[in-house]
Amino acid sequence: MIDPDHCPPNWPNPDEPGALAGIRICDFTGQLAGAGATKILAALGAEVIRIEDPTNQGRWDILRGTQPFIGEHRGIEAGGSFNNHNAAKLGITLNLRDDRAKELLAELIAVSDAVTENFAAGVLERLGFGYEAQRAIKPDIVYVSNCGFGADGPYASFRSWGPIAQAVSGLTFQSGLPDLPPAGWGYSFMDHTGAYYMAMAILMALYHRRRTGEGQWVDLACIEAAGTLHGAASLDFTVNGRPARRDGMPNSNRSRSPAMAPHGVWACRGTDEWVAIAVRDDDDWQRFAAAVDEPWATDERWDRLAGRLAEEDRLEHLIGEWTERRGKAEVAEQLVSAGVPAAPVLRPSERIDGDPRTSDWGMWVTAPHSALGDTRVEGLPMRLSENDWAIGRAAPCLGEDNHYVLGELLGHSADEIAELAAAGVI
Amino acid sequence: MSAPTATRALDGLRVIELTSERCALAGKLLADMGADVIVVEPPAGSPMRAYEPFAGDRPDPEGALWWWHYNTSKRSVVVDLDSAQGADDFCRLASTADAVIEAEPLGRLDSLGLDWNQLGGTGDATGAAPARNDRLIWVSITHNGRNGPDPPATDLTVLAEGGPMWSCGYDDHSIPPVRGGGNQGLHMGSQYAVIALMAALMRREHSGRGQLIDVSMLAAANATCEFATYFWLNQQIEVQRQTGRHALPQISEPTQVQCADGRWLNTGVPPRRGPEFAALAKWVAEIGLFDECPYTELLALGESYELIDILHLDADPLAAEVFGAGRDTVNFLAERLGAYELFVGLQRIGLACGIVYSPEEMLTDSHFEARRFAVEIDHDGAAVTYPGAPFKFSATPWHATRAPRLGEHQELLAD
Repeated sequence: MIDPDHCPPNWPNPDEPGALAGIRICDFTGQLAGAGATKILAALGAEVIRIEDPTNQGRWDILRGTQPFIGEHRGIEAGGSFNNHNAAKLGITLNLRDDRAKELLAELIAVSDAVTENFAAGVLERLGFGYEAQRAIKPDIVYVSNCGFGADGPYASFRSWGPIAQAVSGLTFQSGLPDLPPAGWGYSFMDHTGAYYMAMAILMALYHRRRTGEGQWVDLACIEAAGTLHGAASLDFTVNGRPARRDGMPNSNRSRSPAMAPHGVWACRGTDEWVAIAVRDDDDWQRFAAAVDEPWATDERWDRLAGRLAEEDRLEHLIGEWTERRGKAEVAEQLVSAGVPAAPVLRPSERIDGDPRTSDWGMWVTAPHSALGDTRVEGLPMRLSENDWAIGRAAPCLGEDNHYVLGELLGHSADEIAELAAAGVI
Repeated sequence: MSAPTATRALDGLRVIELTSERCALAGKLLADMGADVIVVEPPAGSPMRAYEPFAGDRPDPEGALWWWHYNTSKRSVVVDLDSAQGADDFCRLASTADAVIEAEPLGRLDSLGLDWNQLGGTGDATGAAPARNDRLIWVSITHNGRNGPDPPATDLTVLAEGGPMWSCGYDDHSIPPVRGGGNQGLHMGSQYAVIALMAALMRREHSGRGQLIDVSMLAAANATCEFATYFWLNQQIEVQRQTGRHALPQISEPTQVQCADGRWLNTGVPPRRGPEFAALAKWVAEIGLFDECPYTELLALGESYELIDILHLDADPLAAEVFGAGRDTVNFLAERLGAYELFVGLQRIGLACGIVYSPEEMLTDSHFEARRFAVEIDHDGAAVTYPGAPFKFSATPWHATRAPRLGEHQELLAD
């Protein structure tokens, strides 16, 4: 157990330790599904030590050197996604083909609380650092692996990334409009969400260890985590025998669970401008009808949900005629002030630089990068009153913290470190 | 099913949850890992008990499948917070708890004297609280934090103004953007709430003190938009949504293909490496389609590439042609094979792809059956199949029991 007030060297204010001060993570994660998890832990004050391969300049994580690039910069320090997912972490290099690097890794595991990775199943084992090997070094280690299909089973060798996890789990299928191909999620939603489940798993296992002294291995299959995210639809099949794959489904802009109508997304004045409206119940409908103030809205057949559901297509058409003459912000404001849930579909520019609610929250953090100067990264959507999150530094440059970790932490001399670097071990 | 013999990760942790669709997942995640989560319902029952669908399609507050799913492993008490007795009951529950999780309208609990300010923290005791619980961790999930505002909102509107919806939909932008299914706009706040709560619990092991956790659903959605955010933060470029694939600044090649049985496959990234082209050609031959396939000569050329650089195909026309042939071969196979056969066949030769399953098809797939993902939960003698563990803990396994009936554990208030 390290000092419970220990802050990593890049923590902005050592007098105000994060909630996870004193926790050290030996981190092999990459991309978003893994790196996104340990980014949250680092922002909460854990000392996350990211390990990269010097022989390919850390490119196992393809995001290191791919677009969107940070401003005009290019190269392995300039990947904007990488910078976001690895902010607040420390970074070291280890060439694990070399036995001396393996010794250093063993030394690091011995002073860590958890080992984290999202390699394909079995990769860390083949490097000689599977769970049993980790336990031999540190009996109470917490090991969390995260891969698409999990560590065992008939598809254990299958490869995955966010969109594949979304496809296989049913999430893609559940997102779309009738008689069209699956719309799915227009990004790696399950890389984000897989990272959330990974962060939870690490913390729950650490909490158990803190109280009992017992470590363990958590096998996180991203597709299984995804399979828990549409529970009512799954139960409708297992209990009622009603499959989600049926005529007219999915129609994810409508709501049948729970039943609401009208409920959807309508075009507004302008190009690609939309507003979302959800009339939750009959009271909302009365408020909506008053706000719309059109003759059709007062028709009694729509006073009750059953009537609105029965003619939902027609209702949607009439609402569309009303919204298309108005701006999306105007429609949303009018309905919200009447007490009806409504919101414009915001573009990235509008929600990031045009919405004071997110900037006032502190969602968009300016973090200094050691090579590139100030960069912009995401903050976290929760605030802790006593030990709040902080991001004191952007992502580490390749091997940026070799001297701190190998020197200060593991006790190797500057000469030794220079020799290891010259030999290509780090 | 019998109770597990192993210890539970969150054994001994008591959490009071004020029922709401906005925080129900947070309570479930903790309860299924062993926390004693007591869900507090109003006398009329949780609103979720009225959400469709119902077991057997019979409206029944004990048969709502939403309630079943989001409230596994919890205990239920009925408390009328607006009554003096109910306020007293809630204070006593909070005084025994490690955490309170709530998603009440802003200001409601404060006006009742039942908020963090009254029940937690270390200041002077005021209001109805018999004694402050300074170990209490209070988790508040609201639309945009406790400084508000707190507009009427649902899963749909959070996803619309929070960012995810901008990236979801179709190439044709005359079609509305799409809400991703499954209540994910409600889930994101709960997922961050659990992470923050676990971090605060770790801190409390050292400090002995609780704290207030303030979660913004709007910020949580904003934190879950991937490239839409990173392209804007780094390049001030907006992405545009595209059918079934990543929203990007430019229109990209399709990544979904409809197979011979009508089902869809996400093709992932087509072959780029020599051995991948070789394996694809070999498989085409194995299933007897080599002579019919018009791309085999280009696949053979592909075998000589170490790695085709797909970001610079303009600079190498032959590489572009070879890369296209790999993609065309997958489409050729899709016209002749069912989605499952193509999925397994491509994955077996090392090409990442994924069948577009419906939720029930994932539950009954052989891989997830072998991993025992779906679980049976006892409902008073009847076994009901549920999606199971989101993660497999080797020493302290996930385990769920059925959701409670309304007020099923009312005796807790007599303690």
